[in-house]
Amino acid sequence: MRALHGIDLEVRRGEALGLVGESGCGKSVTWLAALGLLGSRARVGGAVRLEGRDLVGTPVAELERVRGRHIAMIFQDPSSSLNPVHRIGRQLGEALKLHRGLDGGAAEAEARRLLDRVHIADAQRRLGDYPHELSGGMNQRVMIAMALAGQPDLLVADEPTTALDATVQAQILELLGEIRRDSGMALVLISHDLGVVAENTDRVCVMYAGRIVEDAPIDTVFEAPAHPYTKGLLAALPELDGARRVLTPIAGVVPEPWNLPKGCSFAPRCDRRVDACEAAPPLPTLREADHRVACIRA
Amino acid sequence: MLRYLAGRLLRAILTIFLVIAFVFFVLHLSGDPAMMILSADAPPEAIKAFREAWGLDRPVWEQFLAYLFHALQGDFGNSMRDGRPAMQLVLERVPSTLAITVPAFALKLLIGIPAGIYAALHRNSLADRLTMMISVAGFTVPSFVLALVLVLVFSVQLGWLPSAGSDKPTSAILPIVTLGVAGAAILARFTRSAMLEVLGQPYIRAASAKGLQWRKVVVEHALPNAAIPTTTIVGFMVGTLIAGAVVVESVFAWPGIGRLLVSAVSNRDLAVVQAILLLVATTMVTANIIVDFVYGWLDPRLRRGGTRGR
Repeated sequence: MRALHGIDLEVRRGEALGLVGESGCGKSVTWLAALGLLGSRARVGGAVRLEGRDLVGTPVAELERVRGRHIAMIFQDPSSSLNPVHRIGRQLGEALKLHRGLDGGAAEAEARRLLDRVHIADAQRRLGDYPHELSGGMNQRVMIAMALAGQPDLLVADEPTTALDATVQAQILELLGEIRRDSGMALVLISHDLGVVAENTDRVCVMYAGRIVEDAPIDTVFEAPAHPYTKGLLAALPELDGARRVLTPIAGVVPEPWNLPKGCSFAPRCDRRVDACEAAPPLPTLREADHRVACIRA
Repeated sequence: MLRYLAGRLLRAILTIFLVIAFVFFVLHLSGDPAMMILSADAPPEAIKAFREAWGLDRPVWEQFLAYLFHALQGDFGNSMRDGRPAMQLVLERVPSTLAITVPAFALKLLIGIPAGIYAALHRNSLADRLTMMISVAGFTVPSFVLALVLVLVFSVQLGWLPSAGSDKPTSAILPIVTLGVAGAAILARFTRSAMLEVLGQPYIRAASAKGLQWRKVVVEHALPNAAIPTTTIVGFMVGTLIAGAVVVESVFAWPGIGRLLVSAVSNRDLAVVQAILLLVATTMVTANIIVDFVYGWLDPRLRRGGTRGR
């Protein structure tokens, strides 16, 4: 079964990129594939270049040096992303030893500093806590601290706030923005929520059924969306101000990965469909220098 | 912690009491020892005298209270067959049983756990399928069948090992292997599924994403978590050290508790059966308590008193 159908994606140094799409469209898989985290049964083709070095097909030992140090990842469910039987301090210490060679007292001091950095109060005491003794939001802060331990060039945040409630969500996103401003680290924010992406990134890639259908600066996406799917997503988004209007859902459902149409995957749900849409998947084309769309009708 | 301990102990005592009561009534209501010990065609006067001598003519509940009263003082009655204290008779057999069950237990751990871990780490590989095939065979073949096959091969055909008895040091090998293989098979399967469950958890992927070597992810993150469910089955195996070898002891004529139990039951030697089952219940209950404590040690989420609110 094919989950992705050619993802052409570039993240520049220090950039904040949003990756948006419905569940199962391949947002997370893209990054798990890039880091070789899909397990031995998954086949990954193409190229993943990190500063010119291709990661696809590199030995695991080399990938292990990229993971956490160049590209760090945090996940959707922070409470189950931390090992339940180890203390927070130990899990942080593990990352510090791995990436910075810190041990003993130096590691503990740095762990404390990292917890402070992600605004966890009473860091010293928290180091001795187990994940189940912390709230979901706190655990996500710990995950972020752990990611920072490797001083990565890029942090991939895979739906980092989906499992958290709204206030905590805002705090975590604020924290991510703050860290990015301070450290110059690039951020990929994976989300199914266009609003979250809009507020926290500069550029957005909209994914549908294993392909990127639109790639544009965030303002362009909101002001002049080109792909019918992006337009559909925006039409389904409620507005805080202005007159009340009925939200327009996108008709139909995402096709199953093993049952994709021959042409454009979105064609069956598209109101601008023509016969040519069903001939072959549309290739991404440049509309403007920084705006790419994969739609023959756009 | 002290309250928890006391509660746990009280429950353990209650369990043992229930076992004693259940066994007592079932044994006393299901047949007359006089018939078995003296044979059915003994003169009625002899049977009557025997029943009076052992108090079997009194109402069952009265016998039960008397039994409890004496048991609390450490007197578990005498064997109807040779008149010696039942508990002494049973305890004499303990070393002999442990001589095969303890090595068999070690064998289960040494084969079962590594095999399960290996199979899980190489899921769907040839090695995994082979391990699981052997494992299914190991626990579906009844132990007496396996015992007979082993005897056929190693005693009858090859003549390497004695087929029964306990007179030579090598006599213990076949009983140990028979017991060990079945247990190892169960443990391998259990360990494998515990490992697979853990390997699918988000924290394993997160640990890999952190840049940790796979070997370390397995040893430091997967194994401590997989140990938690595996402890249950290992604890159960500890509980069966005393009486888990009934069939194997009978097949190999090994003079342990299991064989004593079989002969005591068929002879309706009530006090001996009672003493054995009391011992079995106590080991089981003790093993359970130990498992509970090991759980608390392995899994911080289960520790009492140690958890703070959020």
